[in-house]
Amino acid sequence: MTDQRARGLFYRSLPSPFLATVALVLVGLIIENSTNAYTQDVVLWIFTNIILAVSLNLVSGFTGQFSLGHAGFMAVGAYLSAWCSLRPEFQALPDPLRFTLLPAIGGLGAAAAGYIVGLPSLRLRGDYLAIVTLGFGEIIRVTLLNTEAVGGARGLNRIPATEGWLEIGLSPYLAQFSIASFWTVLTITALWRIVHSQKGRIFLSVREDEIAAEAMGVNVTQAKVRAFVISAFFAGVGGSLFAHSVKYLSPATFSFTKSVDIIIMIVLGGMGSFTGSVIAAIFITLIPEFVLRPVQEITKVDLRMVIYSLILILFMIMRPAGLLGTREWNDFAWVKRLQLILSRLLNREAKDDSSNTPSPSEVS
Amino acid sequence: MNDEILLEAKKVGMEFGGLKAVDGFDLQLRRGELVGLIGPNGAGKTTCFNCLTGVYKPTSGEVIIRGVNIRGLKTYEVSRLGMTRTFQNIRLFKELSVLDNVIVAGLQHARQTVMDDVLRHPRHYVEEARMRERALELLRIFKLDIKSDQPSSSLPYGEQRRLEIVRALATEPRIILLDEPAAGMNDKETEDLMHLIAQIRRDFRLTVLLIEHDMRLVMGICERIVVLDHGCIISQGTPANIKSDPAVIAAYLGVDEKSAEVT
Repeated sequence: MTDQRARGLFYRSLPSPFLATVALVLVGLIIENSTNAYTQDVVLWIFTNIILAVSLNLVSGFTGQFSLGHAGFMAVGAYLSAWCSLRPEFQALPDPLRFTLLPAIGGLGAAAAGYIVGLPSLRLRGDYLAIVTLGFGEIIRVTLLNTEAVGGARGLNRIPATEGWLEIGLSPYLAQFSIASFWTVLTITALWRIVHSQKGRIFLSVREDEIAAEAMGVNVTQAKVRAFVISAFFAGVGGSLFAHSVKYLSPATFSFTKSVDIIIMIVLGGMGSFTGSVIAAIFITLIPEFVLRPVQEITKVDLRMVIYSLILILFMIMRPAGLLGTREWNDFAWVKRLQLILSRLLNREAKDDSSNTPSPSEVS
Repeated sequence: MNDEILLEAKKVGMEFGGLKAVDGFDLQLRRGELVGLIGPNGAGKTTCFNCLTGVYKPTSGEVIIRGVNIRGLKTYEVSRLGMTRTFQNIRLFKELSVLDNVIVAGLQHARQTVMDDVLRHPRHYVEEARMRERALELLRIFKLDIKSDQPSSSLPYGEQRRLEIVRALATEPRIILLDEPAAGMNDKETEDLMHLIAQIRRDFRLTVLLIEHDMRLVMGICERIVVLDHGCIISQGTPANIKSDPAVIAAYLGVDEKSAEVT
């Protein structure tokens, strides 16, 4: 491939994440003007859950390492960024800068935790790794519970949130929505691009067969630690967004159950499908709030968990590989046809969205 | 230079608990040689392979590959010394496409960073295209390029074996270890495989060590054969010598101690 051709592809890959963020913010504008405050909060949780599910999928779905400690990384990110934003020194920074960067701080803290946990434990396989990560999650929770600096069992209260960026016409909610969309798009773009590249193939090879990967010169432990650290970073980002949308943190939130919730999302969506994780995260956030709660109001019996469990069981019986298996949105024939038609309409060479491998015609 | 020793095993021994799977295994592979390692079931052939490739840490002895003692090296580091292998029970990356299987093996020669991938830097596209082209070229030689987009698990058995060899070649090895490449193949497929091994050895200037049960294959292409039984080398030499060596016949066909009568 010529350098010019590669540069062209690079420029074409630039705008789509920004366009996606802008499009999401427009959706936010509609939501703000058409729904109540409660629904608006639920929508923010969707972003957090998408980030958590997609990042766990990198480790469990694409690299094949079963982790039960994702809530632990989320907790590190949430507490670290909340603690930072409560510091007076930090509050001197301008609002947009402060709240846009906070998730990165949470992410870095969680990534460091991921490195410390991952390095010794990722030599383990399967069940053993699951137990270690489970233990790690509990250690984090108990440590937070006993650390007075972050409120101990009382938790952290009155976490500040953005006050809106009125200069550019964004209300507090829309500003928060924009930050969440920005980080969600960033997470998905980064992880998608990593998986659809050389490093991603290494992760997949580790999932498929560690012994063969090692024999082909793949440093398996390094690959696992990398996947773990990247995943923890984004879990921390998710934790930070969570902290600043709920504005209250308690160690109980980050129990083992939270990790399982995220696992359910990726299993339902399909291990090894980002698209599936996104869809599952959306539905799993919405269903308890907008389907099961009204049902409960009609029947006057709290059947939410019963119905929820039943759905899970039925789903696993009928579709054990999850909603999409390992397929992504652009693996479906009708999407491919649509892309082809679109590209013909735009009168240019067949080219997928920013992130995909070049089509054969581009390579030759 | 033709006598350069690429792989040397000195008195390699491997014990599992009290069981000596391999004992005092000596081997010298010179550049360009094609050596067969044979022996009855359970003789310790695959254990030898695992010691040579760093999967097992030998309990005694040393393995030197291209001048480097592999003691303490990880399997992937041994592989990066230029020695690769195939597996007795096929170990492809099943859900990856045929092409991706080959690309993964070439990745130690990739030049871009994670950030290049995330930012979709021009380097990403250049490297991606280069790896792809390289893999396709290899696949073309083995007539697997038309199937490059299929998942590797969908290939018929013989092609899976072939793909394993292609994948091994993508690491750009100097030495290749083939663990029973003809296992489960019919006569026709074995015949093709013989030509294939001879061909890759010539075209890629490889040194080959071959474990095999199929006598026809071993006798047909190997220049030198090492026979292993109960973890010990019982004979080595040219195929003609091996065929007539009573120790080998005894190991393979069994022998009655008193009368030496072949059963």
